[in-house]
Amino acid sequence: MTAETAVGVARQFTSRTCQFTGLRVDVAAQNLIKANAVAAVVFLAIGGLMGLLVALTRWPAVHLLPAEWFYLVLTGHGANVLLFWIIFFEMAVLIFASTILLNARMVMPKLAWFAFILMVVGAVLGNVAVLQGESSVMFTSYPPMMAKPHFYLALILFAVGALIVVGQFFANLIVAKEEGAFQGSMPLVTFGALTAAIIAVWTILSGAAILIPTLMWSMGWLSDVDPLVYKVVWWGMGHASQQINVSAHVSLWYLVGALLLGAKPLSEKVSRTAFFLYILFLQLASAHHLLAEPGLSASWKIVNTSYMMYLAVLGSMIHGLTVPGSWEAAQRRNGYDKGMFEWLRKAPWGNPAFSGTFLSLVMFGFIGGISGVVLGTEQLNVLMHNTLYVPGHFHGTVVTGTTLAFMAATYLVLPLIFQREIIWPKLAKIQPYLFGIGAAGISLFMMGAGTLGVARRHWDITFSDAELNFAHSAGAFLMMGLNGVFAVIAALGGIIYVLVVVGTVLWGKKITSGHKLTFPLHAGGAAAASQYGSHATVKLPGTIVLIAIFFVSFVLYYFINWKYLSELWLFR
Amino acid sequence: MSTKETNVNVGGAGAKSEPIPFMQRLLDSPLLLLFLGVAIPTLLYTLWGVMEVVAIPLAK
Repeated sequence: MTAETAVGVARQFTSRTCQFTGLRVDVAAQNLIKANAVAAVVFLAIGGLMGLLVALTRWPAVHLLPAEWFYLVLTGHGANVLLFWIIFFEMAVLIFASTILLNARMVMPKLAWFAFILMVVGAVLGNVAVLQGESSVMFTSYPPMMAKPHFYLALILFAVGALIVVGQFFANLIVAKEEGAFQGSMPLVTFGALTAAIIAVWTILSGAAILIPTLMWSMGWLSDVDPLVYKVVWWGMGHASQQINVSAHVSLWYLVGALLLGAKPLSEKVSRTAFFLYILFLQLASAHHLLAEPGLSASWKIVNTSYMMYLAVLGSMIHGLTVPGSWEAAQRRNGYDKGMFEWLRKAPWGNPAFSGTFLSLVMFGFIGGISGVVLGTEQLNVLMHNTLYVPGHFHGTVVTGTTLAFMAATYLVLPLIFQREIIWPKLAKIQPYLFGIGAAGISLFMMGAGTLGVARRHWDITFSDAELNFAHSAGAFLMMGLNGVFAVIAALGGIIYVLVVVGTVLWGKKITSGHKLTFPLHAGGAAAASQYGSHATVKLPGTIVLIAIFFVSFVLYYFINWKYLSELWLFR
Repeated sequence: MSTKETNVNVGGAGAKSEPIPFMQRLLDSPLLLLFLGVAIPTLLYTLWGVMEVVAIPLAK
């Protein structure tokens, strides 16, 4: 891993060759990945702490914070984890997928550093605005609630920085192709990152289109911002930003399978088509937040959700088959071919990169995916619109899905990019299980409470300061208590993650030539990840059984909600 | 996206050149995908949605 000056077709760049993957690592890209990953973890720690405070306040027996502080930390929690943590990490993914994975160079690294500084300034300024206490408008910041101008300015600065990096991703791809870093089609992981980048462009443009006038309104330059126009355009950013996550973490599922098991996509064409469905239709799911708006027609709602969103769901279901299918195919090729599930039993469960990725895949599908389809159905949406079911759903996608996948990927980033051996490997082994179980509990119990009518974003479900009394059922209180317990478990998992990452970066043993990794990679992993090609097999009995279980669960839950709906609307 | 392009990654360097299928050329074009990924939600979601909001009559 000595530094060398590699000669590309058109340009020179300083690089090293990774001893574990054989990939050429552009040092400029590596440094940018490190910076973005560190920033991501810092904001995860801040946002995660705020999330714990939210959960401890919504736990009726604890009810930790007063109302003003509750809405303040809820705003900070949303901004830090839904935007700052995730998008910083995604910038690292975009840079990795467009440079190192292609043996290519980072185009204009100084511009990327400028973008990174813009993002850091935006994220810090956003936190300052929230902590000053006059911008507790929550993540959605719906007018006529008004935050201080520097709250909106912070989001705009952050978004501009992210847009610059996304632009550089496209430049990296084009230059890599021009300079012959790869020929033909790009590898699937890079294609997934391309999908994330495309969705990011639309997301950021939507954000700019609504946050710039909202900033002007908060400065007194505009008399008002129409609340419904704001909602329509803002959700183009608010929900689509989570679709960047989906594309990015699905890419990481393929990447981790390749690096740890040597898994190649079952079919590049099929998986690329699934990502193509994301590019065309995934952003339209933003409409499911507006299904209860009387000002929007049923045609707009149904076309955007029940028609177009289902095409994106089809993409997810394809990935839901091809990701575990590629792992099964690889494991069978690796010699674990007995029976239906030896490939799964003999998987590297002690490797946190694998266990985190597997849990992310399963819980994203079963919890976040199924509940997302239910929420996106106009008729069923009225059952749980604006209840705690909605945060339950998106904790199922963003926390058990994306955050857990990003945490898992970190256990590869630390040795391969930071070149440090993971300290406390025993803690690292249990971390994905602890965090995954906690996050799954949060999602499920919030969805349960929402089904029982508990509103989202409400400080006090006992309505102790209300003029008119209302008592939620005992079941709702139980759900909120269990939500608090599982939030504590997830927080423990989060704390371990931050400690392992910080400890490894600062004090982890430096990896030198001939080092043997604590959590080893598959010998052919890098080739499987960085080259276009398919495994081309359909002998997947274990995956077929798992998929059948998923479909049965999906259908049952979907129709159970129609049963609930029939009890809500009685026709006699 | 030229029709003269040939597939170089299937079958290796010694394989006979063949025309690249339309879908593969589409999926290998980042900027065309970017156009589709921005234009479709802008039309179906944003413009259509904002037009519906703007068309709501004002209260008298």
